[in-house]
Amino acid sequence: MADKLRAQQQLEALQARYIGIGSADTTKHEWTSNIARDSLSSYVGHPPLLQYMSIGLGQTREKTRLQLLERMVRPVGPPPEQQD
Amino acid sequence: MAGPRAGKSRANGAANGDTSNNKQSLNEASDKELYSGNGVDKYSGYDTSIAVADHDDDMEDVQLNGRTLVGQYTASKEMMDEYAHGDAGEADILDSREKQAQIASRETDYQRRRFDRALSPSRADPFAKDGEDGGQSYQDVMKQREFEREEVRVQRLVEEKERSGGNEVLDHQPTLQDNAPPAANGDRTPPMEKKRKRRRWDDGEAAAAAAAADTPAATAEAKEDSKEESEPKKRSRWSPAPEEKAPEAAAPARSRWDTTAVAPSGAATPAPTANGARPTMQTFAFGTDISNRNAPLSDEQLDVMLPGEAEGYKVLEAPPGYEPARRPVGMPALPTGYQGFLLPEADNSLAAMGKQLPTEIPGVGDLQFFKNEDMKYFGKLTDGADENEMTVEELKERKIMRLLLKVKNGTPPMRKTALRQLTDNARQFGAGALFNQILPLLMERSLEDQERHLLVKVIDRVLYKLDDLVRPYVHKILVVIEPLLIDQDYYARVEGREIISNLAKAAGLAHMISTMRPDLDHQDEYVRNTTARAFAVVASALGIPALLPFLRAVCRSKKSWHARHTGVKIVQQIPILMGCAILPHLKGLVECIGENLNDEQPKVRMVTALALAALAEAASPYGIESFDDILNPLWTGARRQRGKALASFLKAVGYVIPLMDEEYSNYYTSQIMEIVIREFQSPDEEMKKVVLKVVSQCSNTAGVTPVYLKDNVLPEFFKHFWVRRMALDKRNYRQVVDTTVDLAQKAGVAEIVGRIVNNMKDENEAYRKMTVETIDKVISTLGAHDVDQRLEEQLIDGVLVAFQDQTIEDPIVIDGFATVVNALGERTKTYLPQIVATVLARLNNKSATVRQQAADLISRITFVMQKCDEDPQLIKLAQALYEYLGEEYPEVLGSILGALRAIVTVVGLHAMQPPIKDLLPRLTPILRNRHEKVQENTIDLVGRIADRGANYVNPREWMRICFELLDMLKAHKKGIRRAANNTFGYIAKAIGPQDVLATLLGNLRVQERQSRVCTAVAIGIVAETCAPFTVLPALMNEYRVPELNVQNGVLKSLSFMFEYIGEMAKDYVYAITPLLEDALIDRDQVHRQTAASVVKHVALGCVGLDCEDAMIHLLNLLWPNLFETSPHVIDRIIEAIEGVRNAIGTPLVMNYIWAGLFHPARKVRQPYWRIYNDAYVQSADAMVPAFPTFEEENVRRHELDIFI
Repeated sequence: MADKLRAQQQLEALQARYIGIGSADTTKHEWTSNIARDSLSSYVGHPPLLQYMSIGLGQTREKTRLQLLERMVRPVGPPPEQQD
Repeated sequence: MAGPRAGKSRANGAANGDTSNNKQSLNEASDKELYSGNGVDKYSGYDTSIAVADHDDDMEDVQLNGRTLVGQYTASKEMMDEYAHGDAGEADILDSREKQAQIASRETDYQRRRFDRALSPSRADPFAKDGEDGGQSYQDVMKQREFEREEVRVQRLVEEKERSGGNEVLDHQPTLQDNAPPAANGDRTPPMEKKRKRRRWDDGEAAAAAAAADTPAATAEAKEDSKEESEPKKRSRWSPAPEEKAPEAAAPARSRWDTTAVAPSGAATPAPTANGARPTMQTFAFGTDISNRNAPLSDEQLDVMLPGEAEGYKVLEAPPGYEPARRPVGMPALPTGYQGFLLPEADNSLAAMGKQLPTEIPGVGDLQFFKNEDMKYFGKLTDGADENEMTVEELKERKIMRLLLKVKNGTPPMRKTALRQLTDNARQFGAGALFNQILPLLMERSLEDQERHLLVKVIDRVLYKLDDLVRPYVHKILVVIEPLLIDQDYYARVEGREIISNLAKAAGLAHMISTMRPDLDHQDEYVRNTTARAFAVVASALGIPALLPFLRAVCRSKKSWHARHTGVKIVQQIPILMGCAILPHLKGLVECIGENLNDEQPKVRMVTALALAALAEAASPYGIESFDDILNPLWTGARRQRGKALASFLKAVGYVIPLMDEEYSNYYTSQIMEIVIREFQSPDEEMKKVVLKVVSQCSNTAGVTPVYLKDNVLPEFFKHFWVRRMALDKRNYRQVVDTTVDLAQKAGVAEIVGRIVNNMKDENEAYRKMTVETIDKVISTLGAHDVDQRLEEQLIDGVLVAFQDQTIEDPIVIDGFATVVNALGERTKTYLPQIVATVLARLNNKSATVRQQAADLISRITFVMQKCDEDPQLIKLAQALYEYLGEEYPEVLGSILGALRAIVTVVGLHAMQPPIKDLLPRLTPILRNRHEKVQENTIDLVGRIADRGANYVNPREWMRICFELLDMLKAHKKGIRRAANNTFGYIAKAIGPQDVLATLLGNLRVQERQSRVCTAVAIGIVAETCAPFTVLPALMNEYRVPELNVQNGVLKSLSFMFEYIGEMAKDYVYAITPLLEDALIDRDQVHRQTAASVVKHVALGCVGLDCEDAMIHLLNLLWPNLFETSPHVIDRIIEAIEGVRNAIGTPLVMNYIWAGLFHPARKVRQPYWRIYNDAYVQSADAMVPAFPTFEEENVRRHELDIFI
């Protein structure tokens, strides 16, 4: 009981710092959004990768960067309807 | 029944500690006629209240953790109490342990005055939505306070009259006199006549007269009556004097003879009793319980026993206004000093049967304990009433009672759940139901720390939930929590502050003020003092600016100097509580109290000066501009005051001066120094303390020049303070030493040391010690550069004398000696022969302490001796010490070994005489000594020899030492175990690991866990120092022993070894893998746990060193352990997995994780997510390429499809 509570608190504290972590209750939507955002930020954060993608897309690096950044908003579409 | 003054009724607040007067004292003659006890109070001329000198005292006798709460100016009391309370007090072995644990038993008399306060009725909440909810309004309370003040005033008047001989009215006169005419009305006795008269202020308008209570109490009553009608009262907004009539409490009709306590309900105001009485409920052995026989007789019984009206006797009615002393919850059964029969509790059937106390209460379960006193509160639970027939309210009450009992007396898990239930349901239970049960419990006399802590915790939690519902109970809570603010225990004080600040946040400023305002000019000093402290807490909780207007008004109260005094006290407490956080509001606070510096009341002036001192102390070194306005009054005031008041003014001056810049501080110091120097000769201890402090503060400021100090201050200072008497009192001693050191910073070493150096030869030991300590401090901070040849001689001569004449064991003199010698450095050379001769002589002394001191001194001065090229002398000392290794006192032996080690350190092993090969065999048997000091020093010496000069001794001797060292692994002190472990390493290095290892492996079979663990560590160290390949085969071979302890020990050693060798692990990975394989699939979980920690260290050792295949193999074996639940095991397993993840890279481990993240079973998902989260935290970026690919259009990571 107490352990569970403490684990819960620790998880919350950790989540406050690392938004991408999850728990047994994480939904697919949350998880995939996090994955998408993490991936996007990783592309933006590694200049060679960004360069590579820009060349592939045939546009400037800055444009690709902005595109990627904008995609971080609802990267996998709107959250599913709450059914209850 | 009726004592001499039984006719006198006492109202609630008026307990002055003398309620016992109506009982016949045992040591008083009962025949007052003959023994002339009549009318003369034998205590007349003595102070009867706690605060000597006045009824108002600045709580000067409360001392917390050796420091006082407020500036104090009467020290003598604490000295008197020194042996009665606190650490110095001798523990009374007859006192039961239980009683010693009680809070009340270690409180000072002042703190015990909290029992004089009673829980007040609930207050109305003016902010409540439905308006009045029936509690006492602010007006009611103000009125009640005035009644109380008036009552005290009148009582004082009466006492004065009594003392001056006017006893004709007050003294008891027998009502049944032979020749007296029968009283017209049986219920009136002559003393009542007077009483009645005095109670005239019961009727409305006279209440206003009470407002004038602070006018000198000697005014005649009649005069007052006429005055009050003619003169309309000027009232401050903060102190409206209510005019309406006080509702008389309707007392329930009671049997005439009934004095037993009525079962108290929390909401009623219980009459307080005198403080100081111990809880009186006793446990009776069988047949010794006489309480039933001594129970009060019923009316019927009395009617049978006594002659009735038929015989011409008559039952007298109790005088009007007489109320049997009702005992509130938590009050002792009887007043102080009463040693007659014991009044039984209300429900004596339950409380008196001490033996039959239940440990199990229905519906509560097994408790840790159940005390006699608990019966009073929780007895209801055992009455076996049918819960089906109860109302909701009753059920609720019982539910709360049960939960509280669980919290207070239950086991930790019970406590936890009960506390949780109380918190969660707080709003359903309601504030009233909760506090009416919690607060009386806190007033219980036999309360212990733990219980109080738990109950306070309950309040804290409940408070948080109740929020504004708490308002009607604010005052009640304050009554029980305020005493915590002056508790000796620091944590109790912190707890108290926290509750009060939460309370303030919940109830709001306005309500806090209206609740606490009536207590600001309460007649009892204790109440005012604690209220001031509570107010300071409120200020820190809600912000000083919010409270400032109120404080300003209180500090300028025209009506009552008590209010001003308390107001200033609040301002004094705020900086003490908040420290430098007052800086933004400093100006406001100073302005608020500035005018009180010229108050007509000396007490107010004093507390104002103290408040200014506290403000300046907290503000230091900033904020002088805020004090500009009060500088003049402060300095001129200091010239006008005498005695205590002067001390407080000087204190304020002393704290303000350091804030000033150079020019000003110079001017103001010169202004005040005259007075300070004059007061050097004051006999008052407090004054001494203050002037010493002021001197050191002044001398620290830049504006004071060394010349000024030398010319004006030092002669007087040394004349008055460097006298033997000052060394005798500890407090003075410290103060004088500190001040002298401060003066030395300005005046220079030679100046100060030159003046006191001769005192080291004084005949008084305490005085010598004081001198040595001062010189030690001065020289260690300032060095001995300006000490000339002559002074140098005097110094050495002095410390030698002080050292030789020392009788009490104390490190001060040795420290001083070492400081002087080390500061003089090479200049000591000329004196060394003399010192060495002294030390040698003293090493041979028959007193153990002397020998020990001599040895201690050697270890302190070897460094200097070496610097002076006195190696021959050192050798001489070493040889002498060697002779004394047979010393029987362990303390002395430890010191001797320490001295030897110090010598070995500076001379070196090769030059050491006696040679190491002789010395070490003498040490081997000493290793067996169990004394900690001896162990520590020997192991240190042996370790040093093993490290630097192992080849001086033959291997067999080292083996012998190895065996002895094994026992040291059991030592309690960590330092000894660590030294022993390191020594194993040195020895193994010196004589090769085989023999040492055999010894250590054998030790893995012993029972004791600590010994095995240390052995494992030692093996790890040996493996590290002698390269792993020398140890690993033997170790792995040992794993084949089919014994769990041994195998575990081996794994543990491996774990330490791999931790120590780091990257070297790479060479041993494949060798060790089969062993780990076996360990990781063992049935025993501790085994797997230890194996996991080996894996962790191996994996971390070979990160990036191309051992991935082995690591993946180990990971496969580790992975199923993921579902372990024992916390230690799972932690080690997770750590091992993390280690492997670092070794093989995150993506590979992610392949294992995907399988369980969205498993249908929560039990599976949980540990998988834990590992996922750990991976995410440590290497989120590395996870990106490893994320799974999704087929859905919107989830797919299209960017990864780009290909050039």
